[in-house]
Amino acid sequence: MNFLLLAAENATQLPLAVSNGTNWFLEHAWIVPLLPAVSFVIILFFGKRMPRKGAEVGVAAVALAFVFAVLTGVAWINHRDNYTPPAASESALVIDGGEIAPDQVVPAAEEAPTKGEVVTEGGGEAEQPTVAIHKSTTWLRNGGVAFDAGILVDGLSVLMLFMVTLVSLLVHIYSTDYVAGDRRYTHFFAFLSLFTAAMLFFVLSDNILQMIVGWELVGVCSFVLIGHWWEEKANSDAAMKAFITNRVGDIGLLVGVIILFFTAGNGSFDILTINSNIVSGGVSHTALIVAAMSLTAAVMSKSGQFVLHTWLPDAMAGPTPVSALIHAATMVVAGIYMVARLYPVFFEGMQIGGSSINLLAVVGAVTLVLAGLVAFVQSDIKKVLAYSTISQLGYMVMALGVGAWTAAIFHLFTHAFFKACLFLGAGSTSHAVHSFDMKKDMGGLRRWMPHTYLTFVVASLALAGIFPLAGFWSKDEILSGTGGWGLFGGTGGNGAYTFMLAMGILGAALTGAYMTRVIYLTFHGEFRGHGTPHESGRLILVPLYVLAGFALLAGLINLPVGFITGNNSSWQERFGHYVQPVAGYFPDIAQATPSYSLAIVSSFVAFAGIGYAFWYYFVKLDRLARATGESLTELPDGLVANSAVARAGHTLLVQKYYLDHLYTDIIVGTTKGVIARAANWTNQNVIDGAVNLAGRWSVKVGRFTYDRIDQPLVDGLANATGRASNSLGDGFRVVQTGKVQQYAALLFAAAALLGGALVVVLSL
Amino acid sequence: MTDFLNTWGLTAVIFVPLIGAAVMMLIPEREEETHKLIALLTSLLTLGFVAALMIEFDYGDAGTMQFVQDKGWIDVINSRYILGLDGISIPLLALTVLIVPSVIVYSWHHIPHPGNAKAFLILNLILETGMVGTFLAQDLILFFLFFEVVLLPMFFMIAVWGGEDRRYASLKFFLYTLFGSALMLLGFLALFFLAKDPVTGAALHTFDMRALTASAGSGIVHSTQLWIFAAMFIGFGVKVPIFPFHTWLPDAHTQAPTQGSVILAAVLLKLGTYGFLRIAIPILPGAATTWAPWIGLVAVIGIIYGGLACLAQTDMKRLIAFSSVAHMGFVMLAIATMTPFGFNAAIYGMVAHGLITGMLFFVAGSVKERFHTLDIKRLGGLLISVPKLGWILGIVTMASLGLPGLAGFWGEFPAILAAYNPANGLSPSIFRTFMVIAALGTVLAAGYLLWLYQRVGMGEPSEEFAADPGITDVNTREWLAWTPLLALIVVFGFLPGLIFNVTDPAVVQILDNCLQNADGCTAVAQSALGRG
Repeated sequence: MNFLLLAAENATQLPLAVSNGTNWFLEHAWIVPLLPAVSFVIILFFGKRMPRKGAEVGVAAVALAFVFAVLTGVAWINHRDNYTPPAASESALVIDGGEIAPDQVVPAAEEAPTKGEVVTEGGGEAEQPTVAIHKSTTWLRNGGVAFDAGILVDGLSVLMLFMVTLVSLLVHIYSTDYVAGDRRYTHFFAFLSLFTAAMLFFVLSDNILQMIVGWELVGVCSFVLIGHWWEEKANSDAAMKAFITNRVGDIGLLVGVIILFFTAGNGSFDILTINSNIVSGGVSHTALIVAAMSLTAAVMSKSGQFVLHTWLPDAMAGPTPVSALIHAATMVVAGIYMVARLYPVFFEGMQIGGSSINLLAVVGAVTLVLAGLVAFVQSDIKKVLAYSTISQLGYMVMALGVGAWTAAIFHLFTHAFFKACLFLGAGSTSHAVHSFDMKKDMGGLRRWMPHTYLTFVVASLALAGIFPLAGFWSKDEILSGTGGWGLFGGTGGNGAYTFMLAMGILGAALTGAYMTRVIYLTFHGEFRGHGTPHESGRLILVPLYVLAGFALLAGLINLPVGFITGNNSSWQERFGHYVQPVAGYFPDIAQATPSYSLAIVSSFVAFAGIGYAFWYYFVKLDRLARATGESLTELPDGLVANSAVARAGHTLLVQKYYLDHLYTDIIVGTTKGVIARAANWTNQNVIDGAVNLAGRWSVKVGRFTYDRIDQPLVDGLANATGRASNSLGDGFRVVQTGKVQQYAALLFAAAALLGGALVVVLSL
Repeated sequence: MTDFLNTWGLTAVIFVPLIGAAVMMLIPEREEETHKLIALLTSLLTLGFVAALMIEFDYGDAGTMQFVQDKGWIDVINSRYILGLDGISIPLLALTVLIVPSVIVYSWHHIPHPGNAKAFLILNLILETGMVGTFLAQDLILFFLFFEVVLLPMFFMIAVWGGEDRRYASLKFFLYTLFGSALMLLGFLALFFLAKDPVTGAALHTFDMRALTASAGSGIVHSTQLWIFAAMFIGFGVKVPIFPFHTWLPDAHTQAPTQGSVILAAVLLKLGTYGFLRIAIPILPGAATTWAPWIGLVAVIGIIYGGLACLAQTDMKRLIAFSSVAHMGFVMLAIATMTPFGFNAAIYGMVAHGLITGMLFFVAGSVKERFHTLDIKRLGGLLISVPKLGWILGIVTMASLGLPGLAGFWGEFPAILAAYNPANGLSPSIFRTFMVIAALGTVLAAGYLLWLYQRVGMGEPSEEFAADPGITDVNTREWLAWTPLLALIVVFGFLPGLIFNVTDPAVVQILDNCLQNADGCTAVAQSALGRG
């Protein structure tokens, strides 16, 4: 009842968002998710009867969605460039306070968060605020309040539309060849469509309830596609693990959303309302930190952060295009997107602006290093890439934790391309050798697969953060965003996160090294598999080249201030300019300035990592292999062979820090085994036992009444006695159905007596 | 038409099935097809009446009783024949009249052993009368009558058409529920004698639920209210069933024929929760406030306990039965919060659980028919042997674990949400603890349902069924019976407003009434909490 009267209509008011008159494509962005959703239904019901088994519908729908997404992007750029905020008086945010129950936090309505005042960025140029586009319609009514569903279109969601539709389109095209001949080909495309629709629905959500729906729907698509080949138990186990681990994180999501609903939203799920209420400073800090930490749990499961990441490597059991699309480029960044979307919750709740060590930053920093280490001991190429994904997601989470919002989203963007390229490349190699095991079945593939090799190397360099590929720019921006580079002569940022900077630089070395290892084991040395590998077809190579092209160039769209172009603002930081909101629903975060010395140091470290791995594999191992004539995958007299400490460390990594043992054997095993069985035993023997005992006793009482009271007095029922006494002591089981009336009468008589007595007592 | 609906509509809905049953009694047993046809037409006619009522219903005024009928009945005890329909009753009424034709269509070729379509279908129709009447009665004695009418047909359904252990299960079901009903009747009688007019202070001496709701327990000492509420709590609680009164349920479900299980899960359990929403809480809001934390406690125990028990089951039907305990725990938790969000969630949860668990039992029945076992260990690979059935099981499993986009979510999430901020007078910290425990329950639900699906749906089918020609995929009758339920599960998943918008005005009305008329009792409740 407390939230009966809370109006939440303010979201559509200026200056946060407008709902009309800007641009057709912005207002109709909901068409983008609708297209693949329709495609899902069509493929599901008619796909099998089509000439190409439904794939054509999926490709066409996603291609059209991509076109729409591009046009929406263009429209947003236009809107961003041409929007002029209304006069300050009009732009004041009015919160329709209504009657607010006493235990609700009252937002400071007067302190309207008009960012009409101009925010100064690092470059000294003024950033104009821009309103988002918000359209909604009533979804349900509850407690007398209407709750809306709708779309929220701003730079962030437009970016995601572009990225998701592009990668999805490429993966669709790739799959027409890669999955060809699969027995569930149609089903596969149906779920690719559904996934795309759900992800787009998620990123366009204008409220956190809708976000939950999208979040869970992408999860279930992931479940279905991981378990695509469910005949094998290992695959269905992986799918279950993914779903249930995510459910654990979802506890945090549910709790966090509920807290935000009541505290920051004042009875509204609306994202703009929640964010602007927090930005204007009316929300209890305690509530925010609890909400932020709960939501972090959800990020840890969805975006594969320690300690809830263990499902993601197992998720590689699914088909490779699924790994590329869902478990590298899009779904796993849902957690990152959620933090970015609700950034005020984290920024204020975790006091990111105050350089305090916070959960988000620590989780990200720890994840990026620990996952990078495990990547070294994997022999399955997809598992290396999976751990690499976890590590890169760690970078993004860490960036959000230190206040480098744009850097995190920029990395999300560039990572989608080079990691999708790597996964699809790995798929291309496995297409040739029918295995993902680098040590057993690969080696020397560059001779047969030059195109795959080339694109794979480009994407690897981008991942390793080598100048001037995409990963260099985004990773460097994260590193400078940590603000921990005082020693490198930079300024700005949200505080000095030196530990995060150190982990980030260490991660750069690890990334370079493990990718060098992968390239050697896969493409160099002698071929260790069977048969003769072959290069993949055009439908596979074209997506690889497109993605490699993005891996090469995507970084250039956010050149740091002053790089090459001087202060020409039409080239520098375009990404941040169009994507990062400058509006009342976004916190006032400080922008870091780039530091050349830091860029040089981190590049040097990345080269060092690559160099060491190069020396180990390409020089020493290769030389030994040539000398012995065998195809080797590791040095026989390496560190692990010689040092007990290294061996222990190696075992720890191979066992993946023993987390799987803890979860599968100890936690799940105990719950399913001892605890569940104990509950069932209690149910049968204690609770039901009591019921049966009561039943048995009432039978006895009944029989006693019958034998000792009824029988001596009433003669007519004598022939029933024999039957009744035979069944003595066996409770309900032996009672004849014909006796029901008798017991019913007994119970009712007792109840009536009790009732009479109670009424008498009560009326006294 | 409007006139007819206003004067006779509700009576027609209740008694059309009974008339159909009476007609069937006159026709000899061997005319099986005729019996099936009459039963189906009768249930469809009932559905048609409800559809007409739903079209005529004024949704803008869903908080008020509509199509009210109020006639003298048993004058001696001042019990009247009062019927009425409001936003709370509509979804449950619609659910009931949808499930019954579905069950009859399913029965077409599936009359369980030992046959006798006539008797079996007559029982179904009598059940329908009882269930519909319960959701429409606005007089406690009339309510009680319908509540009990439901009992006998279900008892016979289990006892005659049930599994091996049917006698034990049916008797346990019957006696357990009867025991609860006896206490419930006790509570009703106490209300009759003790309730007073809030204005004049004169004794009401009525069973009229509207008058009793309006008086909201005024004139009854708080400690007495607590006793009366406790009596009703057990009466309704056994039916729900609330932990620890649930042990009749797994036995009844396991032994009942498919149709019995479906009706039991889809509608009968809701009679209990409906009783809380319609009778126990509105009539005694003060006592409800005092009892609410305890109800919440047993509800969350039910959620966790039911989930754990599910993990230990080896029989598919028994697992589904225990999952009902967990799901009804969410409904009870929602009710215990005594907020609009909670009540709406409870009704949504009831409808969703009715559709979803009803479907689960249908699927279990069809699996049993084809494979002659429900042993989870022996089953497997449904997606290969009977792909369509496997798919349906998959969708329903996902719905059951509360996946957004399917109906189950809208009963579960708002229930958890409501627990964060319970009604005034209830301790937020206690209910927030419940909230977290309930959220944990969603993980368990995912665990046992996916485990079930992995074992039954995925993998390779076992050798023993490989060459069985009797294993065929979903047939036309099954599609006819199931399609409406499956469609609604999806539709309600995306358009929650379809139910929320109907129930909300009535829920707000009832809770406002609790607050307005129960100034005294809220104060009493608060002082009681203070004392406690």
